[in-house]
Amino acid sequence: MILQTAQAAVEIRKLEKWFGEFQVLRGIDLEVRVGEKVVICGPSGSGKSTLIRCINGLELFDRGHLIVDGIELKDDTRRIEEVRRHVGMVFQQFNLFPHLTVLENLCLAPIWVQGKPKREVEEQAMEYLKRVRIPEQAQKYPGQLSGGQQQRVAIARSLCMNPKIMLFDEPTSALDPEMIKEVLDVMVELAASGMTMLCVTHEMGFARQVADRIIFMDKGEIVEASDPQSFFTNPRSERTRSFIAQVLQHG
Amino acid sequence: MATAPLVQPWRRWVRAHPLQAALSLLGLVLGVYLLLPAIDWAILKADFRGADRSACDSGGACWVFVKVRIEQFMLGFYPSELAWRPLLTLGLWLLGMVPLFWHHMPGRWIVVPLQFLLLPFLSWAVLDGSWLGWERIESARWGGLLLTLLIASIGISLSLPLGILLALGRRSRLPVIKWLAVSFIEVWRGVPLIAVLFMASVMLPLFLPPGVEIDKLLRCLVGVTLFTSAYMAEVIRGGLQAIPKGQYEAAAALNLSFFQTMGLVILPQALRKVIPGIVNTFIGLFKDTSLVLIVGMFDLLGMVQAASTDPEWLGMAMEGYVFAGFVFWLFSFAMSRYSLRLEQRLQH
Amino acid sequence: MLSSARQRRSFMIQLLVALSVATGLLYLLHNTATNLAERGIASGFDFLSRPAGFDIAFSLIPFGEGASFARAFWVGVTNTLFVAGISMLVATAVGLAVALLRLSHNPLFKLLGGTYVEIARNIPLLLHLFFWYFAVLRNLPGPRQSLDFAGLVFLNIRGLYVPFPEERAAMIWLLLLFVLGLFLGHLLRGRAVRLRVTQGRFPWWHLLPYGIPLFLPGVFLLATAGSWTFRVPELQGFNFSGGLQLIPELVALVLALGLYTAAFVGEIIRAGIQSVPKGQREAAGALGLSRFDTLRLIILPQALRVVLPPLTSQYLNVTKNSSLAAAIAFPDLVLVFAGTALNVTGQAVEIMAMTMLVYLVISLSISYLIHCFQMRVLRYDM
Repeated sequence: MILQTAQAAVEIRKLEKWFGEFQVLRGIDLEVRVGEKVVICGPSGSGKSTLIRCINGLELFDRGHLIVDGIELKDDTRRIEEVRRHVGMVFQQFNLFPHLTVLENLCLAPIWVQGKPKREVEEQAMEYLKRVRIPEQAQKYPGQLSGGQQQRVAIARSLCMNPKIMLFDEPTSALDPEMIKEVLDVMVELAASGMTMLCVTHEMGFARQVADRIIFMDKGEIVEASDPQSFFTNPRSERTRSFIAQVLQHG
Repeated sequence: MATAPLVQPWRRWVRAHPLQAALSLLGLVLGVYLLLPAIDWAILKADFRGADRSACDSGGACWVFVKVRIEQFMLGFYPSELAWRPLLTLGLWLLGMVPLFWHHMPGRWIVVPLQFLLLPFLSWAVLDGSWLGWERIESARWGGLLLTLLIASIGISLSLPLGILLALGRRSRLPVIKWLAVSFIEVWRGVPLIAVLFMASVMLPLFLPPGVEIDKLLRCLVGVTLFTSAYMAEVIRGGLQAIPKGQYEAAAALNLSFFQTMGLVILPQALRKVIPGIVNTFIGLFKDTSLVLIVGMFDLLGMVQAASTDPEWLGMAMEGYVFAGFVFWLFSFAMSRYSLRLEQRLQH
Repeated sequence: MLSSARQRRSFMIQLLVALSVATGLLYLLHNTATNLAERGIASGFDFLSRPAGFDIAFSLIPFGEGASFARAFWVGVTNTLFVAGISMLVATAVGLAVALLRLSHNPLFKLLGGTYVEIARNIPLLLHLFFWYFAVLRNLPGPRQSLDFAGLVFLNIRGLYVPFPEERAAMIWLLLLFVLGLFLGHLLRGRAVRLRVTQGRFPWWHLLPYGIPLFLPGVFLLATAGSWTFRVPELQGFNFSGGLQLIPELVALVLALGLYTAAFVGEIIRAGIQSVPKGQREAAGALGLSRFDTLRLIILPQALRVVLPPLTSQYLNVTKNSSLAAAIAFPDLVLVFAGTALNVTGQAVEIMAMTMLVYLVISLSISYLIHCFQMRVLRYDM
């Protein structure tokens, strides 16, 4: 895995955001290198979801700088659309399109955004379905699949756009416990293939296995950022310590 | 984008959406341009005081017209000295709401089904008077808001039991009963209320044995009831479909008969679920009662329309319509807000 | 496994019910026959071929002197369909606008839309009708002081005058070609989209299908230019001649029906669009779909599923509510047939039966068409 030290995948400088009177992001500084896997954790309300939703323009920020894949994000729809072509996102609620089959879900964006011909797109889609291990579900509708299968389809759907960066917003939080593993396995495999990943999650086992860096956020700030080893054995801040204790208690 | 939220958000919005801002400004100006003369006519220049046409000389709205005719608009041709009887009727209906909401009333399970059938008869008895030994006021003299509310209430009250029977019939597994229920419902839902009123006015006398006369209002009520019961049946069917099969199974396990299951377990739940639907049907019926005007009865709108053709008050049509519109709007709006709140509360 | 006792009981119950209903019906029929005989009213449908003996104020098909009751019936049917059709168009267009107003982020637009809906739908339709007919249209000036729209359309107390070809039939051809054009345009556009999907780009002609509905009638107009004339209404003396006169009753009916129903349609469309979860928009956006494509491919298909059933019942309501024409003497089916013709002939049973049958057929046809659309195109079975 060769890291291109010249260009960062994501560069965040002094990012600030308000929801009305309430400041949800208080000056975030973060740099993610190409191929790096970053896990972001923290209590609810800490702003972690908001942060990664800023990265692909689903949320607009108020102050600071955000540069994704070399493109600086401003209040400009064309820039945002350009960024989104290189960044994929997987949602907590899967958000599959219920009126389309699994295959159609995967092919929609490559056809209409990238203008690729259908046959080529379908071949690639089947490849990705094989990679997430559910090629036989191609003609089914999302409503006919289990939660774990739906999330794997969602991951495959994002991958069909060949993104350079993948964002995960609590991908397993809406799943029944027995289906969490199948999704995490796909994410582990994705990590091993060299994808740059930013993942908001509570799954600490996954973090320990895959992350290059774990970031702990609380009340809109980054409290601590270190490699998994140091993070769990030697947390520097009191807040981090209590959070780890809570999370590990629930497994 | 990196502007602090200290810049007023609306200034940022105007800069970002210039076309929409221009349209909004235009809309605002237009609205004021149209609204000011209306307010001027209806309130500022309007005549509120006086007793006859001569008081209306300012060119604004002549509310004296409404004031002078208010009794007719409210009661039709019912003598105003006997206005206590319509009020008594109103009181009876309001009293009838009590068992619906007082969940622990003793004997509730007898009173509630019966009152839907009794209240219409009681209303007729009180208003007409002859059954109770009072001075008789024929139904042709009942009019105005009294008639509107009467037709709507009686219509809903009688269509509820009939609707329940039809809904149950439609869900029956016996083909004859199901087929009869479906035909009845689809026929009455497929034809306009006006056609039904025409049919009731013209054909009901034909269906009765020769020589039997049937009161004009009664014909309307029959038509309205049959028409509304078809819509009511569909509303109730929705509620019945929402009851989980487990309820039927539990009742069967407890060895309850069909009627016991329906009366004690299924219907109470189903009806509670569709109360908003029932209220909406009532609102629709309330608005539709003005159609009786076409078969010669004078509800609120009918009275207003008739009054506007009075030679003494020619040209007052607008005032009449605004008044009638306001009364209808008030009732409908209040009921629909109530229905919304009910729906929200029932979701908990 | 039904026990035979249970089967026998079901059978007995059904037999009982069927017998009671049949007895009741027979009793009613007997009474009816007696009453009709007593009043000297004929039975049967022969009356349909007799001359009607009355005049009809507005008709799309010719209704001259000595026209039969059957023709009067058809005038009623066509007038009803005509009024209902135009009102549905008005209601859909205005309803769409209202829905967009209520969905916008602009508080002024939202207020405008909301006020319109709350006022329009809480006032009885009959009152809407009286307002437009008695309070507005009756107060318009006479023909000599007509309101003039670009010298082509005129509005006065006698009605709305629009340009129309002298030969009525020509309009039917134009309309048919327009509808055919819509159909063809839809097919061709579908082909263009399929090419886009399989090849990755649109064919050069992909925007042309939008123009076909106008192109076809246009060609027809040019080809037959000499053989018929478009007449613009002209004031001659006290009245207008030429063109088509839409009587004020028709205008009032369309305005009242259209604007009343638009309030309900607007709410239905708004609820439909809002029913699509926000996550759908976000997911589409995250994939890089443009706002237009998101609307077209993701939002509208899902919204349409929610919108179609209640929208259908509103369209059915428009058809039934067109019978309010009776209140202002517009010759729709109810007024012409179940009103005037019934008064003249007294044959209530036959006439009411025919009238109710027409409405039933219309209701069931519309329901069935939409049902087919739902099953085939929207794939409700999924």
